[in-house]
Amino acid sequence: MTALLDAPPAPAAVPPAPIVNGYRFEMVKLLAQWRVRIVLLACWLGPALVVAVMSNQNSLPSDTVFGRWMGQTGWAGSLVVLSFSCSWALPLLTSLVAGDIFASEDRIGTWRHLLVTVRSPRRIFAAKALSSLTVIVMLAVGLAVSSIVGGLVAVGGQSLVGLDGQALSPAHAAASVLLAWLAALAPTLAFAAIGLLGSVALGRSPMGLLVPAVLAILLQLAQLLPLPVAVRVSLPSWAFIAWRGLFTQPHQLGPLVLGIVISLVWASVATMLAYLMFLRRDFTDPAYDGAGRRIAMRAVVPLVALLAVTIGVVAGTTSASGSGIDRTKLQTSLATAFGHLYRMQTHELHRPDVTEQHLRTSASCDKGGSLVADTGAGNDWRCVVTWHIPGVGAIGTAIYQLDVTPDGRYVADGDGPQEVNGFFQVRTSNGDAPNPLWQFDGSVNLLSSTR
Amino acid sequence: MGSLPAVRTRGIRKSFGDVVALDGVDLDIPPGQIHGLVGPNGAGKTTLLGLVLGLAIPDSGTLEIFGSPVSRALALPDGVAGFVDGPGLYPSLTARGNLAALARLRGTSGAGISEALEQVGLSDVADDRVRGFSLGMRQRLGLAAALLTRPKLLVLDEPANGLDPAGTRHVHRVLTRLAAGGTSILLSSHRMDDLASLCHEVTILATGRVVFSGPMSKLAPETDELDYRLRTSDLEAARRVAAEVAGLRMLPRDELLAHDAETLLVRAAIPTLDDLVARLVHAGVAVRELAPVIAPLEAAFLSLTGTEDTE
Repeated sequence: MTALLDAPPAPAAVPPAPIVNGYRFEMVKLLAQWRVRIVLLACWLGPALVVAVMSNQNSLPSDTVFGRWMGQTGWAGSLVVLSFSCSWALPLLTSLVAGDIFASEDRIGTWRHLLVTVRSPRRIFAAKALSSLTVIVMLAVGLAVSSIVGGLVAVGGQSLVGLDGQALSPAHAAASVLLAWLAALAPTLAFAAIGLLGSVALGRSPMGLLVPAVLAILLQLAQLLPLPVAVRVSLPSWAFIAWRGLFTQPHQLGPLVLGIVISLVWASVATMLAYLMFLRRDFTDPAYDGAGRRIAMRAVVPLVALLAVTIGVVAGTTSASGSGIDRTKLQTSLATAFGHLYRMQTHELHRPDVTEQHLRTSASCDKGGSLVADTGAGNDWRCVVTWHIPGVGAIGTAIYQLDVTPDGRYVADGDGPQEVNGFFQVRTSNGDAPNPLWQFDGSVNLLSSTR
Repeated sequence: MGSLPAVRTRGIRKSFGDVVALDGVDLDIPPGQIHGLVGPNGAGKTTLLGLVLGLAIPDSGTLEIFGSPVSRALALPDGVAGFVDGPGLYPSLTARGNLAALARLRGTSGAGISEALEQVGLSDVADDRVRGFSLGMRQRLGLAAALLTRPKLLVLDEPANGLDPAGTRHVHRVLTRLAAGGTSILLSSHRMDDLASLCHEVTILATGRVVFSGPMSKLAPETDELDYRLRTSDLEAARRVAAEVAGLRMLPRDELLAHDAETLLVRAAIPTLDDLVARLVHAGVAVRELAPVIAPLEAAFLSLTGTEDTE
């Protein structure tokens, strides 16, 4: 028992604790928190339950992209969860983990203890950043796996109707869903880095915890505004929207890749700023409560500058201009989606199969009458779709009201004729479902050029 | 290494903005000694302890730990452990979990965890979460965390905070045995009685400067007069005897003795007190208590720092 009190051997220079040890230490601390445990459990179980229950309801969340297909295929449930996660869950989760990883040491007063033990602020930062990243990825993977499993168990792995109306085979749908979740990790990393920055900059102040969540709300509000497309796609949250491009043919990869790159740049810059701010911190000041006014110079100004540079680069290197939404893009997208969904309706009504080539679908759209320019978002788009009716030689017409949001998504609402795009039930392999031409989602590529 | 001082500082100066926390501090702590650090709030004690723990480096002056100059933060030789501003513990982990996590962080096996917990009297609550621990239990767990490293230099900031008398004695025994084993201990405290009973030497800081540093015995020279409480078997006889002792003054009763009618208050140097005791015994008056009203260290503290309130 007295061994600990015996004189120890002569001291020698001691190296800092290895990063691996620090990483394990941080993981132990994170996973010991009830808050983190509960959130982990919720992320791994919650989506499965929600998707399973919602998929079997009569009323589906059709206001969410892919929500109207939840009763038809299990893949749609995961994408609904992804949409919700991109709006709320992932920014909030980064707040809870990354936004608190440094601040928690301030709150419980353990910085000095940790520094004396580890002896390297650099390694402490690396261990904390890596451990928070690990937990955030665990949460995101939980959301993805749980929602996919819930959907597949409750509904099954049938084909998924994409945003161009084309049915994706189960294998294609599975790959696209997984890629979409993977793409959403990039902006999640950006929010996590913002969380680290907030946690370092604001010390024990609870504001540090809220930084990613507040930023997410601000960016969502920004996405609702009629911003120029160069600004819209330069926001670090753009990839939270751009994954939808994986569900069109051809894929809208330009906006998605751009969004991912911008998110990763934000993640790198914000992490570097947090790192520099952490290394400059004076841990001998017990009254430290955030970097105060220096935050503006060391965190906010560089990020605003990054946004400005990004907007400049995007505006200078892409052909996109204005809102990125115009009549030609909508007409092309609507006609394509209508053609694919017409085939689906034909199949579900047990009529002879037709091809898109035979249909030769086209659309003519107008926004708000002759006094309004035919560009931009709005719910006042009215389109007339025409196609060659198979076996008859006549041309059919159908009218749609389009509600186009600034991010390029639109909801086409059938406005007649009733037998084409009105509401009626059709028989599908998974039971009765609404006429696929009645209401459907579509997406236009904001960065493509129609000139 | 045996003859090298555990800590040696010369002319250390440290400022935070316009506030000068330490101003030319010289300090020597020989190996195997317990050195107390006292001073009013804001005197620079925690700053000095933080420098010794390597949390920062001085703006000027030199700091040597076991003869090695410390030129950058956290670049300390092995064997330095301790805490400032309370022990760093994670409330979501158990006591044993805290020590195990620290051992893993250092890359050690953690073989002495149970022993360290037993040393500080926390074996019974080893598997309880620290969230529910009292301040005294946290202090003891912080000490256990330091013991786990088998420190050569132990730095403790207010280690007796929140400890009950039994806990204080427990901690004192641990520290005394550590010092007997060769470990140097630098500790700060506002509890003068603790420091007086524990420390070989003390340093008194005031506004960032050393106003006294040395053995306790030098704090109150025998010729210095102090106030003493004298309780005897016969108050009136004692008063008569005391009046005959040259160099002794009987003081008026103050509010501290308002409720103690059996006690005299006298001011004298130690040789005069010796004379008084001899005369009382000769007069057949039993001496039941003779104690300084204010402990020598506390008296020196109040005198040297010019404070009336030690908080």
